[in-house]
Amino acid sequence: MTRIRIHGGRVVDPAEGRDEVTDVVIVDGRVDGFIGQEAGGEFDRTIDAAGLVVAPGFVDLHCHLREPGFEDKETIATGALAAAAGGFTTVCCMPNTNPTLDTANDIAFVYARAQAAHGARVLPLGTITRGQQGRELSDASELAGAGVVGFSDDGRPVWDGRLMRYALMESLRHKKPIVNHCEDPEIADGGVMNQGRVADLLGLKGQPATAEDVMVARDIELARETGGRLHLAHISTEGSVALLRMAKRDGLDVTAEVTPHHLTMTDAWVLGQRNGKASGRPYDTATKVNPPLRGESDRQALVAALAEGLIDVIATDHAPHRSIDKDCTYDEAAFGISGFETALGCLTRLVDDGQLTMLDVIRRLTWEPCRIFNLPYGRITPGLPADIVLFDPRAQWTVDAARFHSKGKNTPLDGETLRGAVVATLVGGDVVYERGTV
Amino acid sequence: MNAVIESAEHTNGATNGVAAAPIPWAGRRHVLDLNDFSRDEVLQVLETADRMKEVLARPIRRVPALRGRSIVNLFYEASTRTRVSFELAAKTLGADVVNVSATGSSVEKGETLLDTVRTLHALGADLLTIRHSHSGAPYTVAAHVDVPVINAGDGTHAHPTQALLDAYTIRERFGRVEGLRVVIVGDIAHSRVARSNAWGLHLLGASVCLCGPPTLLPPTTIAPAAEPPWPVEIDMDLDHAIADADVVMPLRVQLERQEGNRLASLRAYARDFGISRQRLARAAPGAIVMHPGPMNEGVEIDADVAHGAQSVVQSQVTNGVAVRMAVIYLLMAASQVGSKARAPAQHDRGGRREPQMEVRA
Repeated sequence: MTRIRIHGGRVVDPAEGRDEVTDVVIVDGRVDGFIGQEAGGEFDRTIDAAGLVVAPGFVDLHCHLREPGFEDKETIATGALAAAAGGFTTVCCMPNTNPTLDTANDIAFVYARAQAAHGARVLPLGTITRGQQGRELSDASELAGAGVVGFSDDGRPVWDGRLMRYALMESLRHKKPIVNHCEDPEIADGGVMNQGRVADLLGLKGQPATAEDVMVARDIELARETGGRLHLAHISTEGSVALLRMAKRDGLDVTAEVTPHHLTMTDAWVLGQRNGKASGRPYDTATKVNPPLRGESDRQALVAALAEGLIDVIATDHAPHRSIDKDCTYDEAAFGISGFETALGCLTRLVDDGQLTMLDVIRRLTWEPCRIFNLPYGRITPGLPADIVLFDPRAQWTVDAARFHSKGKNTPLDGETLRGAVVATLVGGDVVYERGTV
Repeated sequence: MNAVIESAEHTNGATNGVAAAPIPWAGRRHVLDLNDFSRDEVLQVLETADRMKEVLARPIRRVPALRGRSIVNLFYEASTRTRVSFELAAKTLGADVVNVSATGSSVEKGETLLDTVRTLHALGADLLTIRHSHSGAPYTVAAHVDVPVINAGDGTHAHPTQALLDAYTIRERFGRVEGLRVVIVGDIAHSRVARSNAWGLHLLGASVCLCGPPTLLPPTTIAPAAEPPWPVEIDMDLDHAIADADVVMPLRVQLERQEGNRLASLRAYARDFGISRQRLARAAPGAIVMHPGPMNEGVEIDADVAHGAQSVVQSQVTNGVAVRMAVIYLLMAASQVGSKARAPAQHDRGGRREPQMEVRA
């Protein structure tokens, strides 16, 4: 029997409504209970959490681990470790690999790799359409049986409304979310950043916000008609927020996520202006992401929607790339930000600015994602696996992308100073990450 | 360098050689767009170009100012006038000039832009002029490789030397730029010429109107309650915009960009936005017509206007050489001083001449 004690930390667990300084006892990988700081007992290891927040491990519903097929960008092993370094204990990986995750065999491969990895738990999504080609539906029953947590063609939208309608119908049977990347490709028209003042100034092709809005509207109406289970990936616009408000008001089975970068950055970053200061450089390809960084009014609408609980969860859309995918012109550069290891730091900034509470942030990173994807994690509850993160909400650190555990060093935050540092991450009671030791 | 410098000394009344002469562009590292130019810097180009024109008028059009210097023209996009203009400008200044185009170079073997530039830098290029179909490509190069860069046109973003030669040509015709009304007509959304002219002509005190059909105007200029990101007015009605214009500048309809059905037809475009003799008659007396070329005669400009008395299209081309000589000369002078005086600006985020994209309202 292995007994671990997490000693002296402030335990914050939104699911249990707990926010108190107490010790957590873990026995054989599961939470055993809580004891007072002064209580005695024999432990194999006592982890000092004085001054730290002890929270359920973060759960990311949206990331790209690139394996199979793009192992030079990331592997399940490097991704799982990078996730743990960011405080994540469970991450759901998108199936836009090569081959795409279309069959039970593909899913078994991911689980086998995840088993061998040291870090966060990895749970795959399957494709909505075979090969993400948007022509015929994947075998959702087979994929559900193999253990996918949801379905997505992420990276590209399900453009064909008829297929999306059928996919939502199928979700009535397997009860798993259909996760759509909402982007009307004709309206987006190959845009490489947000359509707006900055795109006009830089002469870069913009994607209008309406490219996202119209597909969010379509999917919500299809969810209304079918009763299907719709989850909107990485919403980024004021318009999507308004549509989500309508969907929730009408009681539809619709949920949504937002990324740390859309909550904290705008298209001004593409111009080299960060937080009102000219501290970056124009055309920095690290800012290229899809959906693109939007305008300030979009960002504010997203933060407000998260604060009021309209947006259900925060998801990273961790999208690692090689340096050569970014060391090129803005038009040529790959879309994506390596997000695991800066997520907490980004979100702490919003807490420091008074726009969100730490309890909100933790809730949207733990209990809420588990609730909407029906995962048995996201809380510190006796009997459940001890998936726990310890972080210092006040610690300042400077982002050095070269030291990321992820293979993807692509972040616009390189060199920025953030507050909020992960100190240790436990998955099933195993310390899979400790700051300074990995 | 003597010929140019003698002329400069004469103009300035200075008695010293180049080392002691004031360096007009001190601290400038690159020419990426005019939005980071001061009015003085632009005026220095125009004045230097006057002297370069004198050089070009000589029987032997060659000065040794940049003897022993290597200038590479890296062109990823088709070009006649800009490439030849840069080449003649550099050669007239005595530099060794190498032209590299995407076809027939390692670009065809898949070499990346940055690797190509690093190679050219290693081969000893002292200055790069870059033409690229992607907006921002010269900024990418300037951020990663320690070599002065002149933007010779990047995607739909900027074409600073074109804007400078346009300003020069306007000043040559009117004796001033200040107070003139300039109407730029056509595919503004995809025009690097319009963007750079918006900055340059504004600096010199002209009022600039961008005119075109809504589908060819930058989206933020026509959005409800929008403010254009440049100091310009926007007009969708050419007959209205052209009234009292001193300068009318139709832009090439970029036929390759019309695949998205932005225009009902070229005929409809010519009817509503083509510069005909009748339309031009509504402009101010003595108005001139400019075109950055190449022209689609019969579409954005009628042939009789293009080659008529009010057209200064050929002067633009001729002036382009003198203006590019001035830009190359000033930048080389500034960067020589700069390289001695200060560390390379690479990764120098706080550096004044890091290619910041300052927004001017």
